[in-house]
Amino acid sequence: MVTEFTPFASLLGGLLIGLSAVLLMFLLGRIMGATGIVSGALMPDTMSDWAWRVALLLGMFSGPWLFRAVSGELPEISVPSSPMMLLLGGLLVGVGVTLGSGCTSGHGVCGLARGSFRSFAAVALFMTSTVITVFVTRHVLGV
Amino acid sequence: MKLLAAYSVGVIFGLGISLSGMANPAKVINFFDIAGAWDPSLAFVMGGAVLITFLGYRWVFTRARPVLEATFQLPGKSHVDRLLASGAVIFGIGWGLAGFCPGGALPVVGTGQPDVLMFATALIAGIVLTRLVMSAVSSNAGSLKTDKFKQETKES
Repeated sequence: MVTEFTPFASLLGGLLIGLSAVLLMFLLGRIMGATGIVSGALMPDTMSDWAWRVALLLGMFSGPWLFRAVSGELPEISVPSSPMMLLLGGLLVGVGVTLGSGCTSGHGVCGLARGSFRSFAAVALFMTSTVITVFVTRHVLGV
Repeated sequence: MKLLAAYSVGVIFGLGISLSGMANPAKVINFFDIAGAWDPSLAFVMGGAVLITFLGYRWVFTRARPVLEATFQLPGKSHVDRLLASGAVIFGIGWGLAGFCPGGALPVVGTGQPDVLMFATALIAGIVLTRLVMSAVSSNAGSLKTDKFKQETKES
């Protein structure tokens, strides 16, 4: 499946993601990591740590609807993976980001921006692992 | 005030994800498919996000504290351990299979798209199960240590 190269929309989206990370640190002193936020909303350590995460998640859910209000449609979601791959993938992502303490936003955006050595290592490892997985599923197994 | 701040940050993040293409697995998988229909868009997402965060953090960390809290809460660990490495590799396999990462999928959960809901359910199951196993393992290790300590104190 060929997808359109969208440098401007992607760059603008990236700038907004960066802005949200800066604002969360400026206002609440927290890392804008999707893993930490959803994990802490599901199983909070303390109640005071729960509410802001839920509010942030609700904000996230509103994002695509605001996008629709401006652009006229919801963001495109085309899924080349089978339901089996989605479920297995989701499970592995959940296990991996919990063991590895972060995902693309926590390590990939905030961690790299802070110059965290752990995040550089995590990003290098998960990017490599994703490239290999896509190569194997697409070009070896032909899924 | 804190909740309004968190909600607004979430809206900006969700809007950014919607614009960027990170919520679209076809685009994400094509970014990683260097040998196939390569779509370099996601490099622009990462580049833009890291650039703004790098510059913004430099400014934020000149302040003594965040606006609405007493302290900045930053991850304290600095060394790479086996958990981090194995977790990152497992995350990459899942990302390659599904094409969604947590930050890409969560904002579009509210659209009710069935594929997103399927992924999000599995993601949540993975997070909860792993945390339960990790806390069981660490409390076991803790009680083993206490047992050993008790034995040692008895012996002495």
